[in-house]
Amino acid sequence: MSLILYGLMCLAVPAKVVRIKGDVAEVDFGGVVREANISLVDTKVGEYVIVHAGYAIQTLDKKEAEETLEWFQEILEDSHA
Amino acid sequence: MMYQYRDREMGERIIRKIADLNLELTLMHVCGTHQDTLIRHGLQGLLADVGVDIRQGPGCPVCVTTPKEIEESLLLAKSGKTILVFGDMLKVPGASSSLSQAKTEGCDVRVVYGVDDGVRIARGIDSDCVFMSIGFETTTPSSAAALKAKTPDNFYVLTCNRLVPPALKAIAQMGEIRLDGLIEPGHVSTIIGSEPYMFLSEEYGIPQVIAGFEPLDLLMGVYMLAKQKMKGECKMEIEYTRAVREEGNPKAVEVMDSVFEHTDVKWRGFPVIPGSGQELREEYGSKNARLVFEDILVELEGREFPEPEGCLCGEVLRGIVSSDECPLFGTACTPESPVGPCMVSSEGSCNIVYKYGKMG
Ligand code: SF4
Repeated sequence: MSLILYGLMCLAVPAKVVRIKGDVAEVDFGGVVREANISLVDTKVGEYVIVHAGYAIQTLDKKEAEETLEWFQEILEDSHA
Repeated sequence: MMYQYRDREMGERIIRKIADLNLELTLMHVCGTHQDTLIRHGLQGLLADVGVDIRQGPGCPVCVTTPKEIEESLLLAKSGKTILVFGDMLKVPGASSSLSQAKTEGCDVRVVYGVDDGVRIARGIDSDCVFMSIGFETTTPSSAAALKAKTPDNFYVLTCNRLVPPALKAIAQMGEIRLDGLIEPGHVSTIIGSEPYMFLSEEYGIPQVIAGFEPLDLLMGVYMLAKQKMKGECKMEIEYTRAVREEGNPKAVEVMDSVFEHTDVKWRGFPVIPGSGQELREEYGSKNARLVFEDILVELEGREFPEPEGCLCGEVLRGIVSSDECPLFGTACTPESPVGPCMVSSEGSCNIVYKYGKMG
């Protein structure tokens, strides 16, 4: 996680929203808790967001993440694909 | 959850599938994080072995910032303004020097992680602070949100923000490289969605996939493009469905568009690209460093700012050469003494290839 401290530009990292105070939330990057501005997204505690340069830019769809892997399997098993 | 996207066996299966299609493809991606994944995990070599050549295009906001924009920040720094900048920008050479050089000469240059950091610094000091606002659609909404939320009177913005789709249009129009497919940047796309890229498939016949950043995301993205090619299709597909919706993030787009308007700007390595820049709207004129400090910046008007001699960053950014084809790569140009921005930025193609080439 130290990466985010070095000012990488495009880098965006998933984090879990743990507490919300107005436009700012405490978000957990796998153990490291920091503040992120959430004014650009609609989110709630317990959801995952993608954080870039101190701002949450999108919510992450956990169900979709699991389904993508199943979808990969299907594509790979389809011999006509 | 993310580790599953690194499963080696599945990665090998996808590569075998690509090999079975037996195609020769030239693809382009436009994102430093994609370049990092490709090189760090050795995917570029594995894909080259099955006929897929992938180039990084103009996908590094630091790299495409022009020498003139860097000179503007240097001139403001030398005039006593505090410059707030992303760390990756520090060592990028302008025409005369760099911000890190200016800092060692006593200018007040401070590294920030995001715009809110800059606003916080400005609140704590009296001097004029100029935030060098660099970034594509991923980053620009944060600058817009900060300005909308109100910033202190001594906080100004030097906009260097750019839009990705117009640059891709420029590449398609220039026709210097035959593109069999585009891997669109996942995080830019979380904001803008898929619609703004559609014309590239419809008018220019280029297959597209919006892909995520884990190794399996990229491999699957390549496979999806290869399949389109094989079937003679040409459409936009989203691989990174866990973060990218077709409509993007309308809230962020609205905030961005209410503060910024599109302008014609030059990119490093490119001519002026119509509608590719983002400048503050008139209502934010009092925050616009180019207007407020016009009397200082006028000195740069009409001057030419040549690219560093021998540097092929322009060609790298247009995808027509790869980093290690530059004669200066790894000899005259290294991250310790960079010649061009692509070797400085952690998202620059040359920097990434050099770093993992060294490590691996
Ligand atoms: S290796 Fe250095 S000089 Fe060559 S293109 Fe890359 S940054 Fe420019």
